[in-house]
Amino acid sequence: MSSGSEPAILVEGLVKSFGEVRALRGIDLAVPRGTVLGLLGPNGAGKTTAVRILTTLLLPDRGRALVEGHDVVRQAAAVRRSIGLAGQSAAIQEELTGRENLEIVGRLYHMGWPAARSRADELLKQFDLVDAADRRAKTYSGGMQRRLDLAASLVGHPQVLFLDEPTSGLDPRSRLGMWEIIRGLVAGGTTLLLTTQYLDEADELADEIVVIDHGVVIAAGTAEELKGRVGGDVVEFTVPDRGRVSDAVAAIARVGEGEPHVDQTTGVVSIGVGGGGSEALIEAVRSLDSAGVEIHGLTLRRPSLDDVFLVLTGHAAEDEEPRGRRRGRRKVSADSGRGES
Amino acid sequence: MTAAVAAAPLAGPSLITRARWAVTDTLTIARRNLLVWMRVPAYLMFTVIQPVIFVLLFRYVFGGAIPVHVSGGYVSYLLPGIIGQTAAFATFATAIALAQELQKGVIDRFRSMPMARSAVLAGRLVADTIRMFITILIVVGVGYAVGFRFQAGFGPAVGMVVLATVFGLAICCIAAFTGLAIGDEESVQAFGLIWLFPLTFVSSAFVEIQTMPGWLQAFANNQPVTQVINAMRALALGGPVAADLWKSAAWLAGIFIVFAPLAVRAYKRAG
Repeated sequence: MSSGSEPAILVEGLVKSFGEVRALRGIDLAVPRGTVLGLLGPNGAGKTTAVRILTTLLLPDRGRALVEGHDVVRQAAAVRRSIGLAGQSAAIQEELTGRENLEIVGRLYHMGWPAARSRADELLKQFDLVDAADRRAKTYSGGMQRRLDLAASLVGHPQVLFLDEPTSGLDPRSRLGMWEIIRGLVAGGTTLLLTTQYLDEADELADEIVVIDHGVVIAAGTAEELKGRVGGDVVEFTVPDRGRVSDAVAAIARVGEGEPHVDQTTGVVSIGVGGGGSEALIEAVRSLDSAGVEIHGLTLRRPSLDDVFLVLTGHAAEDEEPRGRRRGRRKVSADSGRGES
Repeated sequence: MTAAVAAAPLAGPSLITRARWAVTDTLTIARRNLLVWMRVPAYLMFTVIQPVIFVLLFRYVFGGAIPVHVSGGYVSYLLPGIIGQTAAFATFATAIALAQELQKGVIDRFRSMPMARSAVLAGRLVADTIRMFITILIVVGVGYAVGFRFQAGFGPAVGMVVLATVFGLAICCIAAFTGLAIGDEESVQAFGLIWLFPLTFVSSAFVEIQTMPGWLQAFANNQPVTQVINAMRALALGGPVAADLWKSAAWLAGIFIVFAPLAVRAYKRAG
């Protein structure tokens, strides 16, 4: 325990299946104290399963996981004394006020009433909820509820904090507010494991990113290293006439690097253009124009999770997710990423 | 983080401390649940107004058409039955609330905290028992207003209220298990109707069992709600009580032995 070099989270060969579904197929992680690990991957990649094992909610089938040196299976009680967890939905009691929610959590951490009260006050201040403190949580906006939820996860002064998709379903402004708060926590020395589907979120917050897909780690590194794998910027546009998609692909292939990616249902074509920047954008316009293909919404953007996925796995992040949470992400990228179109 | 502070959690709290925490955590959860109950008009409505409507409905609408053979007439027959049914139906709220907390991740948060593992369930049972007890007293009060009287004295009357509460607590264990095992609010509600309606109506709660067809009598005579309500009725109105009380006790003990561990297991595996 006294050694400062021991990681706050250490995971070795973690395996977990649910019946036929192999959620984790041997994951290794090491998170040094006071750093932020972004666990990045699409829905169903195994992110939540990993968090649930690390927070003692789920037993692994095989492998080993230590949090602050305590084994999550054999020393679960000690692990629970070291961690905080905020899951994908706000785990608060909406009929109670923000203050009551925090006080009750404080009591359940075995604080006396005065200590629970003053801890609640502290957190309400820290999370900018003082004005709403005595209103029922059901009157809060989505962003406020998530802030209250995050505050609740911090009542016990955790050394290691787990945030499972802390911004899913939030509007862009609340999302930025959440990032601000999370940065503040990290500055205070908390070790953080954060799962996300958004590359930009991991980019903003994480010291190191681990990409998982189908229960295995497919890449690890800093955000810059991962983006380097994509090879720079991406040009993206929509071909409204689906019959002309192949012509557009042929035209654009000359401009970019590697194979263009085509989404047949939406007619969206994207291709990496390296460091070409606006030059590449002009090239693309010329090339498509001389091919006589009509296009909509031409954009030059930084690589996204989808692009990273495409390069790392050969399939787009959303290819194998029939269900809905991706909608939130799409909305965010539509609001924040289309400035140049 | 110094070595001393970090090492403290390894040793863990003593057995006595943990026992004390189990009690205070249970009370914290119970207090929280009662606060929620008092703040939601729909919950109050469900637990207070609905039983009162049932009393009035059966007393004044159906009652005249239902012949019974007890002193004091149908209202005397009815009240123990309605109290039993009220206690059983009150457990809907138990199942639904647990399913909601499971869905919203509240149970996950609690399970990831160093609080007593038993407290979430125990606290809910404590709160729901208090809630049930209040409802029973209200129904007794309304019963008195429409002509019901305890006829066997104060002791047995208290006994009836206690039996009804213990019965409700037993059904609470079943409800807690279904709520956690099914984990989806609407399915929990539908499932509750499927087993609670036949169990409470195909019993001696509202009519004498001899008036039912023979095949239904076989079920009605041998199911726990009938035993419990017969015992409650004997405690309220007088008459031989021992046999029904023993059978009730056996049924209730059986329900606790089977469903309390199942509910605990469902909680530990929740999600």
